[in-house]
Amino acid sequence: MVSIVVVSHSKKAAEGIRDVAQEMGGDATIRPVGGDPDGGIGTTAPAIEEAIREADDGTGVVVIADLGSAVMNAEIAVEAVEGGIEAVIADAPILEGTLNAAVSAAQSDVALSEVLDRAEETRGMEKL
Amino acid sequence: MSESNEQTEVVLEVLQAIADRIEAEKSHLTDLDSAIGDADHGANMHRGFQQALEEVNGMEDEEPAAVVKTIGTALISEVGGAAGPLYGGSIMSASAELVDGITAESSVAFAEAYLEKLQDRGDARVGDKTMVDALVPAVHTYKKSIESDELPPLTALSKAVDAAERGVDFTVGLRASKGRASYLGWRSVGHQDPGATSTLYMLEEILEVAADHLDGEIVRDAYSPTIPDEEES
Repeated sequence: MVSIVVVSHSKKAAEGIRDVAQEMGGDATIRPVGGDPDGGIGTTAPAIEEAIREADDGTGVVVIADLGSAVMNAEIAVEAVEGGIEAVIADAPILEGTLNAAVSAAQSDVALSEVLDRAEETRGMEKL
Repeated sequence: MSESNEQTEVVLEVLQAIADRIEAEKSHLTDLDSAIGDADHGANMHRGFQQALEEVNGMEDEEPAAVVKTIGTALISEVGGAAGPLYGGSIMSASAELVDGITAESSVAFAEAYLEKLQDRGDARVGDKTMVDALVPAVHTYKKSIESDELPPLTALSKAVDAAERGVDFTVGLRASKGRASYLGWRSVGHQDPGATSTLYMLEEILEVAADHLDGEIVRDAYSPTIPDEEES
């Protein structure tokens, strides 16, 4: 099953987004990661890399990040696992993207590219 | 002592000098960042460079490129903001240019590789009010001074630092279009960019240490013309 890593500057935000998405995402593996090394607001590449390694079951991982440095650190983490784990970053809003990806990943035999597409479909979503 | 050991010692001196400068400027960098960012640049950079000092401990006999790479990795792990992947990732990647030692030529290659990686990762251009505004003029000036003007490395480096200083000043009047400051829109105008500022500090420390090891003197004058006088024929 394709796994999902949620990267936020705030660990609490990442966990909260995981909780919201998990309600709809059944058995999908959603791993939240965030915070700087002192427990403050921020992200680091090694923590994201570790989350990707823990989340992957061999099917691949979709990574969804919030702002600027979270995306850059996710890129470094994805490069670090290259060759061993198929990990891709979704260009999507973090909550909606994670929710959609989780619903998609929860179905069996869904490919990584499909979960990525479902996450990225949320980019233009209108709320009103 | 072998040549590579001497170069490693210089790299370690540079790291110590930068770490000390960042420590001294920690609250200033944070003040700049609280005006237009998330107020953590000083603390983040300080944490990163302290970690780098720790990780290079005992590397005195390693090749200079290996030490530079370790510094990059430490910054990636510990900085915790955009500066981590930008500084750390670019240093790590550019360290490959130094595998045959540090020369005028390889230092230009390092500077260019660093700039390329940084722009690739951060996707910022000159005028976006980021560290790129200090770095691009510094790298271009350094390359031209070494390759076209054939200036001594210390003179080239002095001119590069002057160019970075002008770049930092240039950020003040710009509206940010990359990074956290871009969320402020017009309110970012009138503030100096913290990333450009820390880039300048690092270049200044490289210059100071270089002056202890290279022939010549530092001549700084950021607002003198960068282009040397044409030689009389």
